[in-house]
Formats: sequence, structure tokens, C-alpha cells
Amino acid sequence: MKADPAGVLTGAHYLDGDFACGEGAMAAGCRFTAGYPITPSTEVVERIARRFPTMGGLFIQMEDEMASMAAIVGASWTGTKTLTVTSGPGFSLMMENIGLAVMMETPCVVVNVQRGGPSTGLPTMTGQADMMQARWGSHGDYEIIALSPQSPQEAFDLMIDAFNLAELYRVPVLFMMDECVGHMTEKVVIPPAEEIEIVPRTLTSVPPGEYWPYHVNGKYVPEFARAGDGYRFHTTGLTHDERGYPDMSAECQEKCVHRLLEKIKNNADKIVRFDEEQTDGADVVVVSYGITARVARMGVDLARKKGLKVGIIRLIVVWPFPEKRIRELAGNIKAFVVPEINYGQMVLEVERCAAGQASAICVPHGGGGVHDPNDICEAIVRAAK
Amino acid sequence: MREYKHKLLGYLRREILPTTHCPGCGCGQVLNAFVNAIDDLEIDPKNIISVTGIGCSSWIPSPYLKCDTLHTTHGRAVAFATGVKVIRPQANVVVIAGDGDLAGIGGNHLIHAARRNVGLAVFLVNNYIYGMTGGQVSPTTPFGAVTTTTPYSNAEYPLNIAEVVAAAGANYVARWTTYHIRKLIAAMKEVLQKKGFSFIEIVSQCPVSYGRRVGLRDGVAFMEYFKKSSVGVGTAENMSEEELEGKIVVGKLVERHRIEFTESLRRINESCQKRASGE
Repeated sequence: MKADPAGVLTGAHYLDGDFACGEGAMAAGCRFTAGYPITPSTEVVERIARRFPTMGGLFIQMEDEMASMAAIVGASWTGTKTLTVTSGPGFSLMMENIGLAVMMETPCVVVNVQRGGPSTGLPTMTGQADMMQARWGSHGDYEIIALSPQSPQEAFDLMIDAFNLAELYRVPVLFMMDECVGHMTEKVVIPPAEEIEIVPRTLTSVPPGEYWPYHVNGKYVPEFARAGDGYRFHTTGLTHDERGYPDMSAECQEKCVHRLLEKIKNNADKIVRFDEEQTDGADVVVVSYGITARVARMGVDLARKKGLKVGIIRLIVVWPFPEKRIRELAGNIKAFVVPEINYGQMVLEVERCAAGQASAICVPHGGGGVHDPNDICEAIVRAAK
Repeated sequence: MREYKHKLLGYLRREILPTTHCPGCGCGQVLNAFVNAIDDLEIDPKNIISVTGIGCSSWIPSPYLKCDTLHTTHGRAVAFATGVKVIRPQANVVVIAGDGDLAGIGGNHLIHAARRNVGLAVFLVNNYIYGMTGGQVSPTTPFGAVTTTTPYSNAEYPLNIAEVVAAAGANYVARWTTYHIRKLIAAMKEVLQKKGFSFIEIVSQCPVSYGRRVGLRDGVAFMEYFKKSSVGVGTAENMSEEELEGKIVVGKLVERHRIEFTESLRRINESCQKRASGE
């Protein structure tokens, strides 16, 4: 279906990434947001709080991030599209109910405008060190979807995709921005509502009395019944059977958790997204994401001027990881170079997929700024040798 | 032989009975009282959305009560229910949970939901203990009580959680015990019809994980204890703090008429929309 025009601020704007992200959420149909102020993400909810009333949206500033996450999972069970927004310290607190959203199969979107960590770290300065937390942060086995925009324009565009993916797979989608993208101001073009494709909630056609919330009928994703529509269903964070009832057995655990993994894993080809450039005949491929992808491009240009054959993979969807493509490339190149604003997170995934066929070289940065493109160029030069 | 069918059995999910609760537990009494209250009021269970946390008391409705039942994380039921209520203001959004859940790990959410005056019906089943995990000290365990994690004596004073909720701004606060079942049903009916944050502390019994270590070995012993220890709010007003030591003050502690939160939010939206359309 097409986007509700009430939420779409069609036109060319000059926006920072945080505002663009908020506009993306509203264009995607988000009508409930709960959040707790935290730098450098607060502008997202400030934008939403200001704009929501005219489109019938509701924003609540909750008492903390645990409550914010719980509230958006709750509101999503009424069929509303929901969002919360935070940065590292709040992201840590949200892990509990991100797990609940995974287990209950609740569509929602969580924005993390990353800053330097650990702990309070660098509140006002950039980082990309929550990438593995996004993948593994909540306890237990699960698969997740995460995206990473490289510009305010993409903060808008990918927000639409984030909400659509959350609906398609009934999973929380994590939006891994960084402070640089969040606070940089660029041109953002918002298309007319009729050009924005929206995935609505898949409401069940089974009548109340015959409906079971986790009966998938051979599919990966169950049909949704909204709380308050008279279905009288049960859902729980406990291991549950198709009826949603708790079942404390190894057999039920296997069945319940297995499908949560498979619905993402077996659809990874449809979910995975990346930009690829000049990888044919390349000796070195630079893998990066977010703001670092833009800095890495400068490093690649410097290396190409030296006559080196360098390709680029820019992750747009970071989880699930483009495992298949990295494996294919690994057989044809000498090395992957992975700059990121952490001490080596996504590089571990590149290394795993390269499986010894090509080396995976980390170009770390502790946070608080971006790489010097010369450092990335030097890493490429060393890798090409 | 004719099958005996309880008149209120239709409110329960028969296919998953019996409940997990121990012999002598007060959770069954709370369920009984709640089902009686909705039956008396003729509330269609389709209009009830139950949100629970973790612990024995959360298993009162989850999964047995046949309405929408959402069994969430430890302490977060009130925050989760806030998200439900703002989108479904016409529904009876109900939270039944324990002292560990609502006064311990979720205490901050409880205080802020009361302050916001969000229209939830919250029933805190206070059995003085973490029962599901086997009897550890809770924020409401009496001073000096022996529990598995205070094996010699509890060094802490209990939280008067109903007074805290009253001070936080709730529209309705009462306290009853499982002994006062008729009064409890009447109070539940008030709560289910009240706008704004409405709260009953239900003092309940856990003979298995609490009572046996403090000399109250079964449900009957607890009923006698609740009967003996309870003091009405009116009487309590004229008693000193020393006289009230060890007493359970029962009755309605507060009733206010502040605007309910979701209604307040919607009014703000409407005035914004009017302004935007130039009315």
C-alpha cells in the first residue's frame, strides 16, 4: 500500500540525519513513539513529538529506556507501527525487551544513534561500536535485522525499509546510525506519499475462536491479531507452542526458537542489501558502513590513484550479513580491508566468511571522530602487497 | 454422571487448567475475585487486555484468563500496558502482578504510571516474598522475617507500596487482603469503572515459600492472621505509628478525579489539529 500522506513531508529539505530519520519513521506510518532523552539521538524524538499531533500520532517520554522499549512492544500489539530512539547506554537497557519483541514476534523499530563507549563514553561524539551488541546483545539465540545509513537522505529512505522489514518478518529492526550521520545536515528529498511503498501489518483472516497466534501453517511468519479486537489470544516471552501457551520442554524450545532463526536466515537473500563497486578484478575490497563508508571512499580514491585495484562493498543491511557475497569474493581477492569506528567488530564477520581464502584487515578507530582517509589508503596499500 | 461446571469457568482457558499455583496460595482467590468482578459488571472479556510481568501473581491471568493476555518481562508490565492503553483507550487494560515485579524491579515504572495517571487497573498481589524462585526477601517482606536470602533475619524495612502509589498521584488506591474477599470484589469493580490510574494492593498468602518460615504454615493460618492484623483506614487514622506496627491498614486510601493520561494526550492532539486547520 501507499504511505499515508499525513505523515509525508514531501519536498526538498535541508535536514540533519536525526530529523531525516524521524521524518522517515512518520512517512513509514509510525504513529506511536516512546523514548527517553539521550545524546546524540534526542532530536529524532523532538522532531516526532512536534510533528505527531497533526497526523494523530502519540509520543510519550517514558521514565527510562526499559519502559520506552516495553511501551513500543505493547503499542505494536494493537497493530500500530512503533518506534523508539536511543544511543549506546539506552540501547544496553533496551536489550531485555528487544528479546521480548523477538520472542513474541513484534514488529517495531529501534534507532541507535551510536556514540563512543563503553559506558557513558563520548556522549556527543561518534562511534560504531554497538554493531555486535545489535547482533548479540539480548540473551538467547535469535536472528535480527539491522540497517546502517550513510547520509541524512538514507536515514529517511532506509527508515521506510526498516518499518517494512519489521512488518514482513515480525521482528524488531535495529537502525544503526552514528553521531556523524545523525548530526550532519544535507539535502533530503522526500517523495510524494504515492511514491512510498508501505507494508501494512498482516492481519489474520481467521475468525476469533479458531485463531492461534503462532500457528504458521508451513510459513515462516504467523498472522497477526491485534489486542483489543476480541481474539482473546495469549502471547508470552516464555517458550510457547503454536497456541501461544507456555510449554517448558526441550521439544517446544527447539520448534519455537528454530523458526525464529529460520524466518530470517532462510530469507537472508531477500533481506541482505549492499552497494558493490569495481570488485571485478580487484585485489583488495574495502568493506564499510555508515559514515565510515564515506570516509573509506576517499581512502579508496587515494589508493586507486596509486594504481591499485580496489573494490568497495558498502553494507546497507548489516544484519543479516552478506555472507554469500563475501565468501564468493574471498576466492578472487587478496584481502578485505575493514575500517570501522571500533576496534574490530564487523571485521570478525568478514574474517569468518573469508575463511582463510583472503585476509581480513581491520582499520580500527576508537571513536570521537572518523578515520583519516590516508590511514585507510595505507591499509589498502599494505593489503595489496 | 453429570459434569459439574462452575458458572464462571467460561472466563478461563479450560484446556490449560489446572493452574501452576501451590496448595494454599492466594492467587486462586485473586482470580476468583477478579472473575466475579467482571461477571458482576458484565464486562465482555473481549474488552479486557491483560498485561503481566514475571512471578507467581502474573500467572493469575497468564495464561488462564480467557481474554487478550500478554505475558511480558519482569517489572515492565506497567510500561508495556501504557503502550497498549494509549492506542486502546476504550479497553479495560489490566495488570495483575506481584510485589517483586511491581514494587521491586518495576517500582519506577509503577510510580511514573501513577504520576501520569494512565488509565490502567493495577492489582499488586503482595505475598511478601519472591515465591516463584523459592522464597527470597522482597521489598515488602516484614522487618526481621526469615527468608532464603535473609536466613537469620531481614535487616530491611518493608515498602508501603500503596502509600507510594497514592503519593505518586494515582486516581484510586486501596488495600485489601485475600481474607476480605467481598470487599476486594467491590473494590475491583470500582477500579474497573474508574478512569485514571487505579490500584489495589492485595495482601495475599504464600504458605509454601514464605509462611512456613514465619510460622504460618497454611492458607487458613494466613486467613486468621489477616483477620487479626487488619485495621480499617478510619480506625487507623486515630492510631499512632507504634500502634500500627505489624497491622495491615485496609480500605480506600485515596480517590482523585484528575484527567486520565490518554484522554489528556488526545485533547492536546485535537487542539493542535484545530490550530493547524485554522479553526
